[in-house]
Amino acid sequence: MRDFTIVAVSAGLGKPSSTRLLADRLGEATVNALKAHGANAKVENIELRDIAHDVVNTMLTGFPSGAMPEVLDKVTGADGLIAVTPVFTTSYSGLFKSFVDVIDPESLTGMPVLLGATGGTARHSLTLEYAMRPLFTYLHADVVTTSVFAATDDWAGEADTVNPLPKRIERAGGELAARIAGSRHRGPAGLYDDVPSFEDMLGGEGR
Amino acid sequence: MQFGVFTVSDVTTDPTTGETPDDTQRVRSMLRIAQHADQAGLDVFATGEHHNPPFVASSPTTLLGYLAAATKDIVLSTSTTLITTNDPVKIAEDYAMLQVIADGRMDLMMGRGNTGPVYPWFGKDIRQGIPLAIENYALLRRLWEEDVVDWEGKFRTPLHGFTSTPRPLDGVPPFVWHGSIRSPEIAEQAAYYGDGFFHNNIFWPMSHTKQMVNFYRQRFEHYGHGKADQAIVGLGGQVFMRKNSQDAWNDFRPYFDNAPVYGHGPSMEDFTAATPLTVGSPQQVIERYASMREDVGDYQRQLFLIDHAGLPLKTVLEQIDLLAEEVVPVLRKEMEAKRPAHVPANPPSHAERVAAARKEKDDA
Repeated sequence: MRDFTIVAVSAGLGKPSSTRLLADRLGEATVNALKAHGANAKVENIELRDIAHDVVNTMLTGFPSGAMPEVLDKVTGADGLIAVTPVFTTSYSGLFKSFVDVIDPESLTGMPVLLGATGGTARHSLTLEYAMRPLFTYLHADVVTTSVFAATDDWAGEADTVNPLPKRIERAGGELAARIAGSRHRGPAGLYDDVPSFEDMLGGEGR
Repeated sequence: MQFGVFTVSDVTTDPTTGETPDDTQRVRSMLRIAQHADQAGLDVFATGEHHNPPFVASSPTTLLGYLAAATKDIVLSTSTTLITTNDPVKIAEDYAMLQVIADGRMDLMMGRGNTGPVYPWFGKDIRQGIPLAIENYALLRRLWEEDVVDWEGKFRTPLHGFTSTPRPLDGVPPFVWHGSIRSPEIAEQAAYYGDGFFHNNIFWPMSHTKQMVNFYRQRFEHYGHGKADQAIVGLGGQVFMRKNSQDAWNDFRPYFDNAPVYGHGPSMEDFTAATPLTVGSPQQVIERYASMREDVGDYQRQLFLIDHAGLPLKTVLEQIDLLAEEVVPVLRKEMEAKRPAHVPANPPSHAERVAAARKEKDDA
């Protein structure tokens, strides 16, 4: 089996950031689960803070500049995507949404995706379900059913003793691994791959 | 090779003076720019078509009709004529009239337009942009090529026994370009008909332009109009020059920083590196634009955007002089020296198209 590439996008603003920490854990869990399937995988990290200006410039000019072409190729060409955002004002962060907005909306179709979010308290955990999941569903991504919310307390293991954070991470990583291993996602179509011939275009028109 | 200027006709406040021209002043400045370009010896003046402020160029053939009389040698063109929201019957009539008035010294470029509300204002659906461009252009060609047209289509009322007048000059319709930034379907359309393909090029990285032009060239050959390198290609470009490079950077920066399209975005340093915008001395412009052929092959028309972002008329006229006196003669010579003999130097003129049509008739 070929080696898989998983891209982990994290939108945390701090350095170090707990959002990045969660992305790392989710990536690790996915790689381990793929190993159990007999597959090798590596994780490439993208921290949106590093490319925040390029994201805005892409919105303003309409074309990807700076680091963006490479980043967008990485994201849309990945075998699986881990997307983790901090919760800001009851939703994904503006930077996270801006990044998603500059991705070609058709390029994530069928992409196996695992969602994560971080916040101060577990009261924000449904953000994943009312904001993140619909966003990726709209993009026709293949989102795994378990998404992982990490509140500050989760990192100490006190928040949930029945189903603690490491267990949720492991479960989510396992789901993403299974989805990647069985995925028929073949990356984005090139701009020139499916151009209809002119006769076909003219076929439906007036004469 | 032809070199010229194209305008988007924006009314923009000059950020250095705070002055904003009114619509009348802007239209008159466009007339001056075209006449000055003609006198300076540039080859082409092209105007955009827009139906929303801050743009004033809503009626290209009125503008170009005046210029046909007020200029001598310059080819009058559009960048672009909206093939989606205009009635193709009216395009056929207007541009045939312009062709007669300009005695063939014109061509035109089809474009879809990217301003959302213009579509519904003209009773169209932007999601039908490509099918509109395909059907309307197919009808436009028939109206020019056939004296009496019976036609039914999806987007306009049927025509029975319709004749578009005036008939094209010498029985040969104007040469047509198709402009598109990111729709291969339009490059395909241009290739199918053996028409010219124009990539606006500005605001976009060259790697993108290169792919689109190469796609058009391959399809041009596929449809049997000649070899891929014989396809008729035009590019946009954008420059700001002063004799001294640093003066150009200083003078243009406030315009760049506040320009409607890229203002408040990437730095001028980043933008000039990523796109064909060149700010500097005439020599730097020559070097940058002489290298375009390495990406898109030998091409036939280069248009420069020089009058946007609130630049005052005086500055624009200076840019025309620098282009005509220092840039174009050198670029033309360099491009000409590298062009293989079988590749056309220019897009076909009216006279050449008439001669080709005669030959075709004689051969038949």
